[in-house]
Amino acid sequence: MIAPHWFKLQTMNLAVSHDEPSSALDAASLRTTVIRPTSGWAALNLPEVWQYRDLLLTLAMRDVKLRYRQTALGVIWVILQPLIAAAIFSFVSKIGHFSTDGVSPFMFTYAGMLGWNAFASTLTKSSMCLVGNSQLVSKIYFPRLVLPLSTVFSTLIDFGVGLSVMIVLMPLNHASPSLLALVTLPFWLLMLVFLAMGIGLFAAALTVTYRDIQYILPVFTQFFLFASPVFYSATSIHSHNLQFAYYLNPISGLLQGFRWSLLGAGSVSPIAVLYSVVFVAAAFILGVVGFRNMERGFADVI
Amino acid sequence: MSSSDYAISARGLGKAYTIAHNAAKHTTAAEAIVHRIKNPFETAQRETFWALKDVSFEIKRGDVVGIIGRNGAGKSTLLKVLSRITEPTTGEAVLKGRVGSLLEVGTGFHPELTGRENIFLNGAILGMTRREINAHFDAIVDFAGVEKFLDTPVKRYSSGMYVRLAFAVAAHLNPEILIVDEVLAVGDAEFQKKCLGKMKDVAQGGRTVLFVSHNMQAMAMLCSSAMLMRRGQIEYQGETTETITKYLATFGADREVAQDIERRGGTGVYRFTEVTPAKDLFSCNENKEFRFALERRKPGDCPFWLSAHIVDQAGVVITQCDSRVINRWPPDDDAQEGTFQISSPWLKPGTYRLDLYICAYGWGVVDAYEGACGFEISPVLPYAQAVPAEALERGLVLSSFDWQSGPLAVRASDEPPYDTVLLGG
Repeated sequence: MIAPHWFKLQTMNLAVSHDEPSSALDAASLRTTVIRPTSGWAALNLPEVWQYRDLLLTLAMRDVKLRYRQTALGVIWVILQPLIAAAIFSFVSKIGHFSTDGVSPFMFTYAGMLGWNAFASTLTKSSMCLVGNSQLVSKIYFPRLVLPLSTVFSTLIDFGVGLSVMIVLMPLNHASPSLLALVTLPFWLLMLVFLAMGIGLFAAALTVTYRDIQYILPVFTQFFLFASPVFYSATSIHSHNLQFAYYLNPISGLLQGFRWSLLGAGSVSPIAVLYSVVFVAAAFILGVVGFRNMERGFADVI
Repeated sequence: MSSSDYAISARGLGKAYTIAHNAAKHTTAAEAIVHRIKNPFETAQRETFWALKDVSFEIKRGDVVGIIGRNGAGKSTLLKVLSRITEPTTGEAVLKGRVGSLLEVGTGFHPELTGRENIFLNGAILGMTRREINAHFDAIVDFAGVEKFLDTPVKRYSSGMYVRLAFAVAAHLNPEILIVDEVLAVGDAEFQKKCLGKMKDVAQGGRTVLFVSHNMQAMAMLCSSAMLMRRGQIEYQGETTETITKYLATFGADREVAQDIERRGGTGVYRFTEVTPAKDLFSCNENKEFRFALERRKPGDCPFWLSAHIVDQAGVVITQCDSRVINRWPPDDDAQEGTFQISSPWLKPGTYRLDLYICAYGWGVVDAYEGACGFEISPVLPYAQAVPAEALERGLVLSSFDWQSGPLAVRASDEPPYDTVLLGG
């Protein structure tokens, strides 16, 4: 009963004519994608992440640009935030009579916060990146690792700004780290970021199914802010047993080392550092592998 | 066709979702753990739902293929699998060439960023390199017509501008295989026309396009062939007009499950219990009749009236038919049945939704039965002449009208205009 004359007419007048495919579309040069169900362990596939580097950079730039949109002070917040936090915690440190390894409490805390913030900000941002970009995850294909990795840039920029302020402040406070110590700074930073990324990747993948992680993680972060030598030195802990327990926290060794490299103060226990490095490596590998294996379900569940 | 000639080849593609039954779905880890501890041996009652099942097809390079089917037929799932957003459960698909997919207009647009920044962001998200975006930047801006607002955050854009910019970026995506979901349902008629034109250009460029739309007119205009999907499977694959005819014939074959009656809006004293169109396919200008039944479900008493909205695919209420304005008031019987008839205006070919309401002074809305039923208007037009699409595309409805003209009749009483002589010779 449906006379197709109307359609005929449409196709006659406006029919798509198919030109010969241009030489640019030569079959030989075409990339072939095979889609099939995967099973077993997912490969890391870093080359594909590299292919999507433009997206990674653009997402990173988006985060940087968005940080202080519609704020009166804008970029100044990058400088103010750690300064204010350091001021508050150095005050706590002072009234608590904590050991600050002979450095002024403010410089001590500022250096500690610098390292701590690199850790905490990487952790928070990477763990939130999937849920925060659920629209992208459910509508666009790209290697999902791009999202957490892109969050590192804004953390590193913040760190760079914080470090510049530190360098300005250093002569005023007569801090004098040795050159050897300063050279190790990237190592400490990298370790802190990798640790946070490892935990963050795992948390991000879990958050897709269980939003509880969003609420657990801030508590966890806050706990470790106090359980790590951010505004007091690890030497403030006198009991030997407690010290041992204290260094089970891999952040302790790393933060002590981080601050030593900037201020030349405090001590770095080689065993603690070795432990931290092993811990970081394990956490990072577990994080990446866990993320890659949970990745298959992201678009269906998020 | 030689085997190297295809752009997309799918064999036995399937996608299963497990739906948990009875056992509440756990969205918190604690809930899941507690449940597990309480019921250590319980095997959750799960049902496997196949959103796609045994889908096989081949698409030649340079073909523009439409996918037609009702909501829930698996069209979007198929596109998601082919664009690698989600993995298939079974089967395999091979795609030859760079794949670009556009499942939603404006994915990743950020309201705080300016138009310019969003072009680069959205472009990168859709898989364009920075160089490609730079090369097309002017064309994108020109297509969207937002030159003046390039440096304004898009949150200050009108919704029309927003959609235009988003589509403009997507339209300049240049992959060898383009996968497009229902994206033409946005923007005004003028812009939709522009989008269709752009899609036609893309198709003519020798690219392979896989295209989902409910817009049968666009389908017929763009696609060289089409696939009809139903319940996760490909039911028919062939010439576009043929497939559309087959699609229209499926209406009425499987009616969608009625909405849970008590979850509808309204106070619920009376509820519609059944609404059916007299036909599943009405012609444009005939009297359309819908039968309904309603019943009292709670005590209460108040004179009430009935109202019907006819809603088109874009969600626009085409007409409101309120029984108050014709002074019709249903009786207060506990169970009633009746008909709703509408003969004008002429509805354009397409799919429509009927929303029915029961309202009463003092109670407000008693029953809001949105999507009470759907119906289709046949693409056969009531006009005598077959004409190109642009003769009909403006406006929301069609109408009965007449034009008359003839030579100017000279009336004796009229003074001849001063230049009559000059003109008339």
